[in-house]
Amino acid sequence: MNEFIDPLYILVLGGFLGLEVIRRVSPTLHTPLMSATNAISGISLVGSLVVAGGGHDTLSTALGFVAVTAATINVVGGFLITDRMLRLFKRQDRGRP
Amino acid sequence: MTPYLLDLLYLVAAVLFIFGLKALSSPESARRGMFYAEIGMLFAIVGTLLRHDIIQYEWIIAGLTLGSIIGALMAIYMPMTAMPQRIAISHSFGALAATLVGIAEYHRLSGQIETGMMAALGFEVLFGSLTITGSLMAFGKLQELVKGAPVTYRFQNISNIALFAATFAMFIYLIFNPGAMAVFYVMIALGLAIGVLMVLPIGGADMPVVVSLLNSYAGLAASATGFAINNKVLIICGALDGTSGFFLSILMSRAMNRSFTNVLFGAVGAVKHDGNAAQQEEKSVIRYTPDDVAYILERAQSVIIIPGYGLAVARAQHALHEIATLLMQNGITVRYAIHPVAGRMPGHMNVLLAEANVPYDLLFEMDQINEDFQNTDVALIVGANDVVNPAARTKKDSPLYGMPILNADQARTVVICKRSLGAGFAGEDNELFYDKKTMMVFGDAKSTLTSLVQLMKKQELDVKSAA
Repeated sequence: MNEFIDPLYILVLGGFLGLEVIRRVSPTLHTPLMSATNAISGISLVGSLVVAGGGHDTLSTALGFVAVTAATINVVGGFLITDRMLRLFKRQDRGRP
Repeated sequence: MTPYLLDLLYLVAAVLFIFGLKALSSPESARRGMFYAEIGMLFAIVGTLLRHDIIQYEWIIAGLTLGSIIGALMAIYMPMTAMPQRIAISHSFGALAATLVGIAEYHRLSGQIETGMMAALGFEVLFGSLTITGSLMAFGKLQELVKGAPVTYRFQNISNIALFAATFAMFIYLIFNPGAMAVFYVMIALGLAIGVLMVLPIGGADMPVVVSLLNSYAGLAASATGFAINNKVLIICGALDGTSGFFLSILMSRAMNRSFTNVLFGAVGAVKHDGNAAQQEEKSVIRYTPDDVAYILERAQSVIIIPGYGLAVARAQHALHEIATLLMQNGITVRYAIHPVAGRMPGHMNVLLAEANVPYDLLFEMDQINEDFQNTDVALIVGANDVVNPAARTKKDSPLYGMPILNADQARTVVICKRSLGAGFAGEDNELFYDKKTMMVFGDAKSTLTSLVQLMKKQELDVKSAA
């Protein structure tokens, strides 16, 4: 059980850090924030990679393949669409056509 | 790549992600911040690919390629109005990845699992599976593939709670008997069912809370994956995602006047709607035309525009901003007041207006602008209803009572562009429509605003030629 205390510290402190960072996000950017956290949580890709490429049995590889695909959709799609949204936000002086 | 080096690389990635999120504090720095986060992601992925225990690459390459193509196509072709759907479905993908990793891990260890490990795996697949179907349901409702109206039946809450209790009991049982494979898979099946049942009773208008909450659940599932495979960057990212979704769902539920416990148990949308009863009272409304509105607007000194989702449905954002631009050219102060639930998800209206070239420094949050309505000549409301309904302040038996609203009724003149007199999502009649200082203009927002633009341009030409 002891080896679960260290990750628990990381989880709890990470949660508090997240709250402090996210509270300061401009409300104007709450939609990009959601797509950004979505892209970042696509980091679960690193777990999927190990399952897909670990050379275990067919079932594991198949599950890993689907997981890699799903996580990659979030990473690639998430970052692209966040950038597409953020490009839209312009200030008044530069915003006029 | 040695494990120590890889761990260090993950730490760098986590720091870059946090910088990326920090940069979202202002639209100025946001794009640069996201670039940092992308670099972090690249580090983490390349580092992982160099691990010694990854020995075959064909399925990895296939998955990466397929995922990149689907992700890119979705990102390029998805219209901004469909952003809530896209976010909902991506929570489903994230949860799917977490759940599958959990299943593969359970399968690989085939019953030889320590207590702590089993708790992490169980949590991962349980939260993962209910997020998969819950997000798919939210997607379906937002995309209108599934009926948007709340689906309710007798004993709904009791049966849902019973189902959840049974599933939770299986989770506890598994922690002490990790070898019980059948229980593990039945628990996943029940998790999938809970996801569906959880979102079923929730109405389309309440989706901002649901999508935020599922964001949080997807984060928790990712964190649990980090526990199960002992990966710290996953735990950190899951924590960031989890708190972000949690924070936004609290924000949304406050803005929609729902209690926090209501959100926690997912029982949103349970308010009984009786929209038609309210309309049956005979009240008179004076209908105005775009000409009247043009007259009023051009004699104003300050205008606050209140956009609602009806504006986006009518695709009238560009016409609206054309009016704002014309007014500003005549020296009239124009600002936009954005209610937190003006769109279909947190911050949605801001994105829709930004897409119509509205500069973000003209957009004001409710708290920033609410005091200014009393000194404002015209409040121009397009496609919004509940967020300006004074019943939220006064009428104790109203479902809106207590909801923070924009003080549009304090402006000297109120102009409301609306399709009909119909009540809003809350089903509450809006007394502002019958106020003496209110000018109701009925019709499609786009055609109303377009004719308003033409009138204002024409008058400007007349003034010029007269001079």
